[in-house]
Amino acid sequence: MKKFLASTVAASALALMLGMTSARAEDTIDPNAKQGGAITITYKDDVATLDPAIGYDWQNWSMIKSLFDGLMDYEPGTTNLKPDLAESYEISPDGKTFTFKLRHGVKFHNGREMTADDVKYSLDRVTNPKTQSPGAGFFGSIKGYEDVAAGKAESLAGITVVDPYTVKFELTRPDATFLHVMAINFSHVVPKEEVEKYGADFGKHPVGTGAFKLAEWTLGQRIVFERNSDYWHKGLPHLDKITFEIGQEPIVALLRLQKGEIDVPGDGIPPAKFQEVMADPEQKARVVEGGQLHTGYVTMNTTMAPFDNVKVRQAVNMALNKARIIQIINGRAVPANQPLPPSMPGYDKEYKGYPYDVAKAKALLAEAGHPDGFETQLFAMNTDPNPRIAQAIQQDLAAIGIKASIQSLAQANVIAAGGDKAGAPMIWSGGMAWIADFPDPSNFYGPILGCAGAVPGGWNWSWYCNKDLDAKAAEADSVVDPAKAPERDKMWSAIYDKVMEDAPWAPVFNEQRFTMKSARMGGADNLYVDPVHIPINYDNVYVKDVQ
Amino acid sequence: MIAYLGRRLIQSLLILLGVSLITFALLYLLPADPVRQIAGRSATPQTVENIRQQLGLDQPFIVQYWHYLTKLVSGDLGRSYIQRSEVTELIVSRLPASLLLMLGAILCELLIGLSMGLIAAVKRGTATDQTLMVASFVGVSAPQFVVGLLLLYVFAVRLSWFPIGGYGTWRHLVLPSLTMGILGAGWYARMMRSSMIDVLRQDYVRTARAKGIARGAIIFRHALPNAILPVIAMIGIDIGIFMGGIVVVESVFGWPGIGQLAWQAIQRVDIPIIMGVTLVSAFAIVLGNLLADIIAPFIDPRIKLR
Repeated sequence: MKKFLASTVAASALALMLGMTSARAEDTIDPNAKQGGAITITYKDDVATLDPAIGYDWQNWSMIKSLFDGLMDYEPGTTNLKPDLAESYEISPDGKTFTFKLRHGVKFHNGREMTADDVKYSLDRVTNPKTQSPGAGFFGSIKGYEDVAAGKAESLAGITVVDPYTVKFELTRPDATFLHVMAINFSHVVPKEEVEKYGADFGKHPVGTGAFKLAEWTLGQRIVFERNSDYWHKGLPHLDKITFEIGQEPIVALLRLQKGEIDVPGDGIPPAKFQEVMADPEQKARVVEGGQLHTGYVTMNTTMAPFDNVKVRQAVNMALNKARIIQIINGRAVPANQPLPPSMPGYDKEYKGYPYDVAKAKALLAEAGHPDGFETQLFAMNTDPNPRIAQAIQQDLAAIGIKASIQSLAQANVIAAGGDKAGAPMIWSGGMAWIADFPDPSNFYGPILGCAGAVPGGWNWSWYCNKDLDAKAAEADSVVDPAKAPERDKMWSAIYDKVMEDAPWAPVFNEQRFTMKSARMGGADNLYVDPVHIPINYDNVYVKDVQ
Repeated sequence: MIAYLGRRLIQSLLILLGVSLITFALLYLLPADPVRQIAGRSATPQTVENIRQQLGLDQPFIVQYWHYLTKLVSGDLGRSYIQRSEVTELIVSRLPASLLLMLGAILCELLIGLSMGLIAAVKRGTATDQTLMVASFVGVSAPQFVVGLLLLYVFAVRLSWFPIGGYGTWRHLVLPSLTMGILGAGWYARMMRSSMIDVLRQDYVRTARAKGIARGAIIFRHALPNAILPVIAMIGIDIGIFMGGIVVVESVFGWPGIGQLAWQAIQRVDIPIIMGVTLVSAFAIVLGNLLADIIAPFIDPRIKLR
């Protein structure tokens, strides 16, 4: 007997659990939105690729979302899942089979209708080692993944095309994150004929089903998106055209915004200008502040003395004056006391964390057998403000007797040191900190706190491996029923509370996002700090000065 | 002449080979793992290994270098790790912008440098001379990043005479060219001054003066053409200096040339692009020097090719 879950029921259950209002996809159009107009967005760096199987930086992430669609998506400005290319889905009671019904009449930019074969093709492609997708590992729970990843099969055995509008996924284990996985860019649907036509250059000639299509790409200068008039979601997008100007320093972008030449500086407000902007009421009114799924932390290598002693790690947690550290970045963050950021489901509001208490920290150090402290090294990335933050941490540590010398290195070198078991006793994560791939509590565990990440070249820089917690994490992720989501979140909260007892990290702050826009930009504030679209949700914003 | 050219060409090829080997070795020795950069944070160890194999980065150094060289011979610079496009395409699409900027910079440095040098030589020993020489010294020593931002602030933001960065019209070209040109202008001013002073001391100038020819005519008709030639012959060597400068200047002004490409590639450990831009720059420098050497005897008969 199968238990069928209609998509609307699931969506409202999820919405309920997140305490946010739910709406059907068709209802999410802002009644005040105006149709038409063009905006300009600037970026410093080149856009690497617009291939959804490959693009994995915050700059192209959101652009790809506007060119392509996946089976699932999020309601604009929120972390609430909703079906997208899928019309509805069913999850089997054992949580191992997901069946998606596709929308009819969805067309690729080349005019061909998208069907279930395209969904299967896209996932076979992203998991194929020849594609070199950084996201291949997200699909590890699909049956047959191992064979494709090892090059033994070309196609995922667990995906079946039932009919042109139905696709069935069989998993090797119940996976509560699977609907999120179906919403990330790596699972977005691509047309086979276009991929084969352009080969490795598909990323420069993207063809999807998204709200916008690529109109022009002048390498190193400009990318232009044009409204897809055939978009299946009627009424979207509002804008006719988006121009991305590439190669503009953030400081130059801000000056151009002030002169009204551009609409959104994609790289944000340059730190050196932040206070000036916020002190000017006219400019401040055009800044939208929001949370982001980010935590900045200090890792302590739990396999290296003296950090193998939990008391030493707890002492470090009590030694840090987080409020002062936040001042260094002009208050653009909130203090953190646990790995999860506050906007993430599963964040434990009750948890108080370690207090800032120098005397107690000193006492703990003495108990651990280091009454006079010790010498160690603190690694940090060498771009501002990270060296300054590292210095503040250094001073805080000195106050309890720990003499840390700062190793300020290029990003890639810090990452290399963290992935080496004997590489780095302490790392300040700034500039490399974890930002969630999707809004689910499990995303902050596996790679950075679980045993799977505590391997050479991994991202678990504390080398913290608690088999008991790994088992609890697997248990939580097998709770697939969306109705039990609050229960699952509680399980995750408990896991992170236990992590904090062992204190492999000293969480420092959660960065806030500050998006600045021109006066003509319209739409709800949450579209400008959308948790999954950075800097803004291109499909749903509009301009006020069109007729 | 032909023997000389042949010898210089072989030398140039050897230099380029050496540059490719050293750059390749340095990038190979970087502690940063490019595969991990490509694979990103969520990749499983298996994904990382798959990508390493696909890119041939599991091979020993000498094999990797050999593969690179054999492809290089056929003009293939490989594909960017991050952008996944062909490096040749990326460089070719950005080369015109860099060449245009260099042209603008040469124009600026000659115009400013030569006139400063000329005036200083003619007014030798006066306050004007001293002011100009101090200015040239400042020009030579000021960091281009600072000069660029200063020009940007004054002429684009405050006065709105020019656009704030970008590319497209001649107005976009002015400030970056000026920024690049100011450095060279300082050198040219000093060289022009001493070259002009030398010429003004020559007997034929004294003769002309004795014949009562007007001062202006002596300077512009008799002295200048002789003084300017050895200075102009230096342009070829400038290319090397420009290659260093475009990385900074293009980044400040958002100029879509190969300097900006290189800067981004360095930050992302995109080795094929770093290799490609380095080789193209080395090629340009070698070519510039070669041209300077070949042209020199035509400009100044005292120099002979050997």
